[in-house]
Amino acid sequence: MTYTTLSLTLIFVLIPLILSKTLKLGLEKDTIIATVRSIIQLLAVGYVLKFVFDAKSFSYIFLMIALMILTATLNARKKGKTIKGITWKIAITLIIIEAVTQGILLGFGIVPPTPQYIIPISGMLIGNSMVLSILFLNRFTSEIESSRDQIELILSLGGTPKQAIHRQLTNAIRASMIPTIESQKTIGLVQLPGMMSGQIIGGADPIQAVQFQLLIIFALLTTAGLSSILIGFLSYPTLFNERMQFLRKITL
Amino acid sequence: MNHPTSAISFENLSFKSDKLSILNKINGLFYKEKITTLVGPSGAGKSTLLKMCNGLLSPTSGEIFIDNQPIDLIEPTILRKKVGIVLQNAPILQGTVFENIALPLTLQQKKLTEKQAIFYLEVVGLDQSLLYREAEALSGGQKQKISIARSLVNKPEILLLDEITSALDPTSANEIEQLILRINHESSVTIIWITHNIEQAKRIGDYTWIMMKGQLLESGESHILSTSKNIDVQQFVKGIQKR
Repeated sequence: MTYTTLSLTLIFVLIPLILSKTLKLGLEKDTIIATVRSIIQLLAVGYVLKFVFDAKSFSYIFLMIALMILTATLNARKKGKTIKGITWKIAITLIIIEAVTQGILLGFGIVPPTPQYIIPISGMLIGNSMVLSILFLNRFTSEIESSRDQIELILSLGGTPKQAIHRQLTNAIRASMIPTIESQKTIGLVQLPGMMSGQIIGGADPIQAVQFQLLIIFALLTTAGLSSILIGFLSYPTLFNERMQFLRKITL
Repeated sequence: MNHPTSAISFENLSFKSDKLSILNKINGLFYKEKITTLVGPSGAGKSTLLKMCNGLLSPTSGEIFIDNQPIDLIEPTILRKKVGIVLQNAPILQGTVFENIALPLTLQQKKLTEKQAIFYLEVVGLDQSLLYREAEALSGGQKQKISIARSLVNKPEILLLDEITSALDPTSANEIEQLILRINHESSVTIIWITHNIEQAKRIGDYTWIMMKGQLLESGESHILSTSKNIDVQQFVKGIQKR
């Protein structure tokens, strides 16, 4: 694709701009900012990736993954600010997910150990894990807020913090995993996944594109399970003290 | 009246939350096997005091003794079985009446038999036909009775009651009053009962504590509610009775 043809795709930006202006939706400024940011960010990433691929050095791969984890952590922590040490808990979760998934993919030789595979797959898994963490923290904090009396009731009857928070924790874990599982049920029927579509447009064999997409889908199931479970089990103890008291000052 | 031994005692007990003083240097004791009523306006610190006795909160300073043993030396889950609490608004968990009553034993990985559950239902005056009904669908009075039955499953030596009749109609309130008196007389359970109803406090209490703005204004046998010379106490009692 040439830059001339790429510039023609800006028509897709003009349509919502005109609609927003006509219907007085007030979204023109945000649309323009989003467009400019996506152009700058993606072009920058493109050049960085080109550099890393050419350099063929593992230290650059580690640096790229570290940056992804850092950005994802800073983004997700906003939803769990009231949980003590949430930044580290999210970072640890993302590091474990990256280590487990890449360990399996590279350890079993499922993908070759080259930046062309490691970086895009890491990006997809860390990105998905970030979204799941946000979903989990949103649900977990609202579950706790709406069931303070029940948590205190279980403690008052001699229950442990783990027993007191069990229902809220499992509800939040389940709620954050459902979108991933549900979207996988209709995959290929309703929409073709982005990575697979990209490969097909780029001229790859559709069957090979499907194989890679399946790899991602299966890996996403692991990240879906691990993300919320790890953050949940790392977070709940901070809601209680050593006397098994629910820390009410923490306004979750 | 012969003063029995202390069930719970307090030494210079204070509690602050966000720099706000909730309880300020409370000294006193609750007598074993007796009913002590706690009265006072909202914000007096009564609920906070009860939650501390059950170990749900810890004092900022001062000491609490349960059977003359410092509360901090008692493992929290053991303390909470020994000192039961029926919380305000009777929180009920999703599930059947049986599941709610069995909860204290479920938390200990033990099982409550159907026969035992029916026994507890009968203790609180509920029909056994309710056993497998959804607890959340019951009336306020029935929920409160389930809440009391649930706390009895742990066989507490001390039972803390936080305004358990304030949201109930007079008939249900009277039934619960009789139930608590029976539990106290038959099982010698020490009762500490927060109430806004001065007549109820006089009727059921052996002893009464009058609290205001985080302080213990006066304590003694329950007739102090009528005979106190303390102007603040007199005004509080009059204010309540005028309502």
